[in-house]
Amino acid sequence: MTYALQIQDLKKVYGNRFEALKGINLQVAQGDFFALLGPNGAGKSTTIGIISSLINKSSGSVSVFGFDLDSDRREVKRHIGLVPQEFNFNVFEPVEEIVINQGGYYGIPRAEARVRTEALLKQLGLWDKRREMARNLSGGMKRRLMIARALVHRPKLLILDEPTAGVDIEIRQSMWKFLKEINQQGTTIILTTHYLEEAEQLCRNIAIINDGELVENTSMKALLNQLNMETFVLDLNDDIQQLPELGNYVIRMLDSSTLEVDVEKQQCMNELFGKLSAQNIRVRSMRNKVNRLEELFMTLVEKKSA
Amino acid sequence: MSAKEIYIAFQTILVKEILRFVRIWIQTLLPPAITTALYFVIFGSLIGSQIGDMEGFAYMDFIVPGLILMAVITNSYANVVSSFYSSKFQHNIEEMLISPTPNYVILLGHVAGGVARGLFVGFIVTGVSLFFTDLSIDNWFITTLVILLTAFLFSLAGFINAVYANSFDDITIIPTFVLTPLTYLGGVFYSIKMLPDFWQDVSLANPILYMVNAFRYGILGASDIAIGTAFGLIIGFIILLFGWAMYLLNNGIGIRK
Repeated sequence: MTYALQIQDLKKVYGNRFEALKGINLQVAQGDFFALLGPNGAGKSTTIGIISSLINKSSGSVSVFGFDLDSDRREVKRHIGLVPQEFNFNVFEPVEEIVINQGGYYGIPRAEARVRTEALLKQLGLWDKRREMARNLSGGMKRRLMIARALVHRPKLLILDEPTAGVDIEIRQSMWKFLKEINQQGTTIILTTHYLEEAEQLCRNIAIINDGELVENTSMKALLNQLNMETFVLDLNDDIQQLPELGNYVIRMLDSSTLEVDVEKQQCMNELFGKLSAQNIRVRSMRNKVNRLEELFMTLVEKKSA
Repeated sequence: MSAKEIYIAFQTILVKEILRFVRIWIQTLLPPAITTALYFVIFGSLIGSQIGDMEGFAYMDFIVPGLILMAVITNSYANVVSSFYSSKFQHNIEEMLISPTPNYVILLGHVAGGVARGLFVGFIVTGVSLFFTDLSIDNWFITTLVILLTAFLFSLAGFINAVYANSFDDITIIPTFVLTPLTYLGGVFYSIKMLPDFWQDVSLANPILYMVNAFRYGILGASDIAIGTAFGLIIGFIILLFGWAMYLLNNGIGIRK
């Protein structure tokens, strides 16, 4: 099977002898929506930098759709679109020019690049801003501009390094929708993000990197199944005076109309609601206290640090 | 990449570079016109009229080739060093580094941009000189070749400076402390035959002297040095600097971590 991305024993030691990557092994299947998570300084951006030829690796191998980074670098580059963490376009150039020029670097004729740019800018809601200097765009628009630029050569692998950082929720959701669509159309996506609910919503598989090492690499479902216990916050219809008796469930009263319940993996929500109903306690709404992935992420990272 | 794709990538960089300096013409194209006009007024008309002939030419005619070439040297260098360093500083050089554009195309695209600005400014300065003197060109071929090769050479030098630069100060050090003194001492305003023997020998170590004299030979048909030596030196430096720049790019020095 040809993977979209295959990394073997990847190491990076910087000039100051800092070991950013200590032998990463990773495979991303074609068509996947893959999350690469980790705390700041874990090695995510170094990994992405190496894949996209911005950082020289110390050892190990990287291949993209079967093309080796060392022997077929140009083919590897042709298949990758990169949305970096920092804004890295010329802020003194018009929006349209930035995207068209990027097409030019991939050998796409200007007329063709112009057509593709129009389609992308329209899809991403930037068409009206096409003649604006990039410096005049808002943060969210700049992020979308970088996505348009990364897609102009129609890459098969799109790497997004914190694409929604600092973006308001409305634009973030429209970006999620757009990314889901292009993933469904066949583009493999690797996403790094600090918004773990974003990774949980979008990604099918996940790797967690910490201190230059991979601490988890599995499917999102399998990872979330590792959770032994979830804590839910229940908003009640009516005020209560004292903690209800709920048997094996560990329960805390946050205020007179809010309860917090720990539900273990083997316990069942129906049973919990049954017990609440029996005591005339009606639940108006319910939410996870902490994002499930966030809880696991913290556990895995803390375990590794310990 | 196919030859056509490589050409498109080159054209993209070149057009981007040209648009950059045209967009900021008040900073890039206007100052050399004003500076050179001042040179012509002060050195050519006011002081030059007191000097009389030099090497058989009116002083104004004598300094015109040097002033044109000085503007070409300064501007081709400045274009590449500022453009490439800004790309590094803003990280938009990464747009090219992640693409399949070969390193030599990245280099040639930027150098061609520098040559374009050098030629643009050369034309402007030549136009300004026509207000002060009747310029006739003795040898079009040599004139064109020298101006192109010189612009190419100093664009390469600007590129190397930009690769090593870590701050905006670093891109002004070489032009201020190396390029300007060498240009002024490169026979723009005088013939080295006026100097004592020792200083004539010292002047021969200045590569810009050869370029100025080769260009003056193209325009006036007179030179302090052999034209073949000048071409040999210019081409030799181009080969050296091109190899150096490619080494830097291929190894990612100054641009990749």
